[in-house]
Amino acid sequence: MADGTQTLETNPSADLLPGETAMRNFNINFGPQHPAAHGVLRLVLELDGEIVERVDPHIGLLHRGTEKLIEYKTYLQAMPYFDRLDYVAPMNQEHAWCLAIERLAGIEVPRRAQFIRVIFSEIGRILSHILNVTTQAMDVGALTPPLWGFEEREKLMGFYERASGSRMHAAYFRPGGVHQDLPDALVRDIYEWCDPFLKLCGDIETLLTDNRIFKQRNVDIGVVDQKTILDWGFSGVMVRGSGIAWDLRRSQPYEVYSELKFKVPVGKNGDCYDRYLCRMDEMRESASIIKQCIEMMPKGPVLAENSKVTPPRRADMKGSMEALIHHFKLYTEGFHVPAGEVYAAVEAPKGEFGVYLVADGTNKPYRAKIRAPGFAHLAAMSHLNKGHMLADVSAILGSLDIVFGEVDR
Amino acid sequence: MSALAELQERLTSALGASILSATQATGELTVVVRRDDSLAVLQHLRDIESFSTFIDVCGADYPERAERFEVVYHLLSMSKNARIRVKVTTDEDTPVASAFGLWPAADWFEREAFDMYGILFSGHPDLRRILTDYGFHGHPLRKDFPLTGYTEVRYDEAQKRVIYEPVKLVQEYRNFDFLSPWEGMLPGDEKAAE
Repeated sequence: MADGTQTLETNPSADLLPGETAMRNFNINFGPQHPAAHGVLRLVLELDGEIVERVDPHIGLLHRGTEKLIEYKTYLQAMPYFDRLDYVAPMNQEHAWCLAIERLAGIEVPRRAQFIRVIFSEIGRILSHILNVTTQAMDVGALTPPLWGFEEREKLMGFYERASGSRMHAAYFRPGGVHQDLPDALVRDIYEWCDPFLKLCGDIETLLTDNRIFKQRNVDIGVVDQKTILDWGFSGVMVRGSGIAWDLRRSQPYEVYSELKFKVPVGKNGDCYDRYLCRMDEMRESASIIKQCIEMMPKGPVLAENSKVTPPRRADMKGSMEALIHHFKLYTEGFHVPAGEVYAAVEAPKGEFGVYLVADGTNKPYRAKIRAPGFAHLAAMSHLNKGHMLADVSAILGSLDIVFGEVDR
Repeated sequence: MSALAELQERLTSALGASILSATQATGELTVVVRRDDSLAVLQHLRDIESFSTFIDVCGADYPERAERFEVVYHLLSMSKNARIRVKVTTDEDTPVASAFGLWPAADWFEREAFDMYGILFSGHPDLRRILTDYGFHGHPLRKDFPLTGYTEVRYDEAQKRVIYEPVKLVQEYRNFDFLSPWEGMLPGDEKAAE
């Protein structure tokens, strides 16, 4: 058919000997509207009985042409598009975009802003992992974890809102820092949130870790070995769940990650269950990183003092003509980024999120390629599912941690 | 000598004939290679230099060039903690060898480059569109493809189905020229023409 599904053209019963039964593989659609498809994914499954022979994911149902749109916007106008990629952890994406611009333009980020960025990147990681762990549990039959987890997500989105004014599409990071400083009360509340959250992690684990049904559905399902990792370009938890301690925060540190103490949890067997354990441990590490950041965070500016890139403070504009001119120029024309190309990657919750930015010296990006981790992971669906049962498809899909905002872009 | 410079040196001595240029900028090494040798270079990088993780391949469009497309590979070595960028140039009709045989991960990334730019990959097992709609025409990330596209969809109450129509815009997309500061800022700025 035109859309890629295949129909069986030959008559299966033609060559049968007496006593033989006609067998044929079934092609079925999983999605695009299926609660376990985590968005708008259409999987064309080829089934031999209940065994999956082949999976053909049809993606692009959420394609919005982000990369094309970015080419027509100034660097600052392009930033909010990154919130809308992996909309579960928006600020992590903004981070990659800002890092790319900063590397090309050689902008120094003030120390306080670096800590704030790390705090919100880790909040994003917890947001994403809570969603993934609990909804994956729901995919395999548990209802309570999402109810508990979403309460914490609600609090975290409250922190997003108090920092940026928006619960999800924050648009808070800026090339050269972050938009506004954090109020002291917010910093205190984030700090006080961390310890009770560890208790919630424990509660969720009591529901899942030794749960017989959860283990039956996840242990030894979707095993990722080292060859798969390299062949399919995996990153993030998909790598760490298989025992390879690869974390960009540790190996290619950006911001202040090199000064922070955190463990990189690794799994052993590389199955869905180990990836779940990794995500639980990463959330605890993230909570500890947030606390360290708040303890170490100095006072000071949160935006680079470079008036050709960062806008002046509102108060300065009241009295300074220069500041007013800069503000006008920055919000109409935008800043210019020197010609060149750069690849900036961050350890997003789902893996390596990279931006390949080609600048031509004007106020608009010439080319921005968004390398989403979920795209590479989903490409391996057929490889990971082959030989599994139909019911395992949703368990594997859940543990890949797919969000269609970033896969379809 | 930095690790990057050493790598550059090793590559130019081992693959000198295939490499058109090698440059370092912002701590990254970019190698432009001859199109016919791209697979050999990638294989050398994977097997000898242990750039074993395939990060990305994407297209980029430079319509003013003789060969308008760049195919940009990003590779990562987890063991050496290094990255490299490999570039190949091509045009609308000349295929680039698919990296699918070296890394299955290239599958979808090459399909995306084909979808977005119309770059052809020889040896790819299943080079069909990936992100755009079923039955889509054109390659949207080419610089000569308009931002607003050519067709739009809506649900038609009379026909009880979704229909495709040519794009109708009340106002043209306004692309301001910020590079000349005083003239041509606004559409209808007659002073610019005088």
